[in-house]
Amino acid sequence: MLFNFLKPKNELESQGEFAENHPYIPEELWVKCPVCKNAVLSSDLVENHKVCPKCNYHFRIAARQRIEMTTDEGTFCEMDADMTSTNIIDFPDYTRKLKSAKLNSGENESVITGTAEIFGEKCVIAVMNSQFMMGSMGTVTGEKITKAFEYATDNRLPVVVFTVSGGARMQEGILSLMQMAKTSGAVKRHSDAGLLYITVLTDPTTGGVTASFAMEGDIILAEPHALIAFAGPRVIEQTIRQKLPKDFQSAEFLLDKGFIDAVVQRADMKQTLAKLIRLHTENNDEEAEINECV
Amino acid sequence: MSAFDCVTAARANDRPTSIDYITRIFGDSFFELHGDRRFSDDKAVIGGIAELNGKPVTVIGLEKGRNLNERMERNFGSAHPEGYRKALRLMKQAEKFHRPVICFVDTSGAYCGIGAEERGQGQAIAENLMEMMTLKTPILSILIGEGGSGGALALAVADEVWMLENAIYSVISPEGCASILWKDSSKTAEASECLKLTSQDLFKLGVIERIIREPKDIESRMFDSLKNLIADTFDKKQQIPPEKLIELRYNRFRKY
Repeated sequence: MLFNFLKPKNELESQGEFAENHPYIPEELWVKCPVCKNAVLSSDLVENHKVCPKCNYHFRIAARQRIEMTTDEGTFCEMDADMTSTNIIDFPDYTRKLKSAKLNSGENESVITGTAEIFGEKCVIAVMNSQFMMGSMGTVTGEKITKAFEYATDNRLPVVVFTVSGGARMQEGILSLMQMAKTSGAVKRHSDAGLLYITVLTDPTTGGVTASFAMEGDIILAEPHALIAFAGPRVIEQTIRQKLPKDFQSAEFLLDKGFIDAVVQRADMKQTLAKLIRLHTENNDEEAEINECV
Repeated sequence: MSAFDCVTAARANDRPTSIDYITRIFGDSFFELHGDRRFSDDKAVIGGIAELNGKPVTVIGLEKGRNLNERMERNFGSAHPEGYRKALRLMKQAEKFHRPVICFVDTSGAYCGIGAEERGQGQAIAENLMEMMTLKTPILSILIGEGGSGGALALAVADEVWMLENAIYSVISPEGCASILWKDSSKTAEASECLKLTSQDLFKLGVIERIIREPKDIESRMFDSLKNLIADTFDKKQQIPPEKLIELRYNRFRKY
């Protein structure tokens, strides 16, 4: 009986000859753009900073790749690479989820921090990783970001943070919520020391990360079309029971509403960051000269 | 009481709200101040100046409303960005005039809707977290009912955080947690246990300094003793030099 429901076999499919003569394209060679649905050659995509050459869709990229794209070769020096989360409130299934997140991403946490140079400009950089539990913020995420800011404050360095996050990490309960306050405290100290903090919001940046360090930069940049929200669109639609307007909560929407400074193409990001940091460099030579005159 | 019993008690309609606390503790001395000076006056946040044992204090509360009409008017205690901005304005004012700040927290969460997003809900909360961290005057926050995630934390970056015995404080609602975990929002009781959201749990985790016992007859002595506790705490905190106070506050949150 069941066989009646199976898809009838296409004759061409079953004929070996056709399949063999058809040019074979291994799947890794091309990628389908999720927005314009065009097939893009993988090599073209890599060359184009993982941006669709046809519709400018910015593909999500791993944190390591971002660091490679943004910092000068060989300058990135990672901090706290070994820090890793444990199941602190004994939450169901969290231990297994952490394990698979590590396997999937090849990383220990949802953020990578360190020092680096961007066209010669020294800075502290933190890059979140969507491949690790959708960049959710647990205690270790918060700790690494806090330590990065404290290091930057002590060493008078600017900070650049690339955000991508589904929000606070539910599996760590209230302690994940506390990371919002902890990181905000570290940002405030860095800010009060007169130092520059640039955030780059990438797709998607939501929840507890939006409501803390993502929105606390002196300068807030975003990648084109990135979703940036406190409450995600699905939650809002469920609450207000109506469809949201198109492009609601996109980077361009936030720019229009006055919540970010600029939407920057990925290809221009490194240059833009270097330029902004240079405009905030403390001129130590001049200071020394003035001191000598006194 | 189970965790879910606490959730039910924390949400009960007959539970005292911020206005009850303000009336019972500060009486006629409370003078309400309105508006964020930027957009509007969010009625989910009530704030003003009052006298506590003869000394001025700034009082801020998330207010759910005590009957259906009030609840509609106050958006069930879910603040918009302008509510958090009003709170911050009053806190800055308190800093200027060297008076301590008391926050009563009772909200299922910051409002999620089109207007709230358009006007920067995330930015408003983030700014409160950052500014409260270095506000040079004592801050005390008391969770009196529901402490819903970032919307509660935006009034709870304080020198001390206290909780009513049956109040709850959580990163996500038990319903939200259950629907993510088990794709079934009715499993709230199980989710409530997992989240460690009761006053006992949070005291053990070091997230709060004090649990306020709730007598059966909640109208009774509780408000008087709470009033004295608040006054004593402010007296002690005001002895601490402001620079030291904010260092202690930083370290309080740094440990998590």
